Amino acid sequence: MSGRYHPRVSTWWWLHRWGHLRFILRELTSVAVAAWVVITLWQLCALDSGPAAYAEFQARLRTPWLLALNLVSFVFVLFHAVTWFNLAPAAMVVRVGGKRVPAALIAASNYAAWAAASAFVAWFLLRG
Amino acid sequence: MAKRSNESYLWALFGAGGVVAAMLIPVHLFLFGIAIPLGWLEGPSYERLLDLAQHWLVRLYLFVLCALPLFHWAHRFRYTLYDGLQIKHLNELVFGFCYGGAILGTGVAAYLLWNVP
Amino acid sequence: MAETITLEVTRYDPERDARPALQNYDVPFRKDWVVLDALNYVKDRLDGSLSYRWSCRMGICGSCGMMVNGEPKLTCATFLSVYAPGPIRVEPLQYFPLIRDLVIDMTDFLAKLRKVVPWIVREDGREPEGEYLQTPEQLDLYKQFSMCINCMLCYAACPVYGLDPLFTGPAAIALAQRYNLDNRDQGASERMDILAQHDGIWGCTFVGECTKVCPKHVDPAGAIQQYKVNTAVQAFKNLLLPWGAK
Repeated sequence: MSGRYHPRVSTWWWLHRWGHLRFILRELTSVAVAAWVVITLWQLCALDSGPAAYAEFQARLRTPWLLALNLVSFVFVLFHAVTWFNLAPAAMVVRVGGKRVPAALIAASNYAAWAAASAFVAWFLLRG
Repeated sequence: MAKRSNESYLWALFGAGGVVAAMLIPVHLFLFGIAIPLGWLEGPSYERLLDLAQHWLVRLYLFVLCALPLFHWAHRFRYTLYDGLQIKHLNELVFGFCYGGAILGTGVAAYLLWNVP
Repeated sequence: MAETITLEVTRYDPERDARPALQNYDVPFRKDWVVLDALNYVKDRLDGSLSYRWSCRMGICGSCGMMVNGEPKLTCATFLSVYAPGPIRVEPLQYFPLIRDLVIDMTDFLAKLRKVVPWIVREDGREPEGEYLQTPEQLDLYKQFSMCINCMLCYAACPVYGLDPLFTGPAAIALAQRYNLDNRDQGASERMDILAQHDGIWGCTFVGECTKVCPKHVDPAGAIQQYKVNTAVQAFKNLLLPWGAK
């Protein structure tokens, strides 16, 4: 068949719709997640190396660059959590008594678990 | 009929890592990365942390907390590179970089946790 | 209220044009008109050479899908008044080869539909005497995914399909899941062999735009994620309990 026009998809396709940009930002949260793991591995290394090394590590965390990095990472990690919990109902179909549990309820229980887990971790780490 | 792709296992790892990252990383990041450095909260002392890390359950928890999110990153970043940068033709390189990185990070985590004094 | 509104419509004649271009038409601005009414006005009164697909004009045939100001829409369900004062850009459905004007080539889409074995499969060779019996609860399991009108708006919204035409796509996978969840069907394993591949469910990265644009609320994104969960669960089951492998 002659004459079919095949438009090429632009490299900047993800800027053409807000939905696509939001998607790419969501996917990029994985970089923030990986960044946190790297910093945590650094923290573990400092822990293994003695109190002086750990104090040095803590000092580094207080520098503007690392604070900024962690703040930005935090925003992205929050975005990951929120999008993850909001999308969870799409993948998890729960039926009770023949009727489908509403998506809002599934998301809500995820948020509740998040709050509980966070509270526990904070308590565990800070109780000294 | 073509054999089913092994992608199932990688996706399951991505999912597990995503849950761990979503549920637990925010509080850890907030405490150690923001609140304690900025002095909003008094963090655990070195001795306290070392004490906590003696328990095998804590080490296991930390291992899972580091390993699974790395595999979450590997899977997600791999697809971001395919779709965002349209470099599917560099398939093997992208796969190696992502999963190789995750395996490396997991190995480092295991080594560091094993060697807590 | 304005008397007319301008439509910027893609024109492409494969025998004359190297590439598509927009052409302007001024149509009456009627409060109750949809974009399809405006296109019909153009064809009837202004330019009979304009080519486009349409049929039922009530959102059930799936023929009139086009890009309206960059969004995939059924033109029979998209009111001019939403876009006042205009202009309104009407372009062919994205990510499909263009045959002429607003008419796209849907050969690939039809092939993808066929590929997923979209019919009741019986493995045991037994069929019921008379009709299959199905309770309302059993119907409810797959009903949402059966509402697809094959309008292809989801393909036009899916960047994965745009970047990789081999991708099976939202509607086809939702259709497969419709049959997987139908209690009369025994073909889930056969479909999983076909779709548990990179050009099947694993190509999907849950962008979610397909569900956003679907005029029938099929939620193809949900269908695909559920399919991924099922496939992963089945993969682990087959690995750990190989005697019951499906």
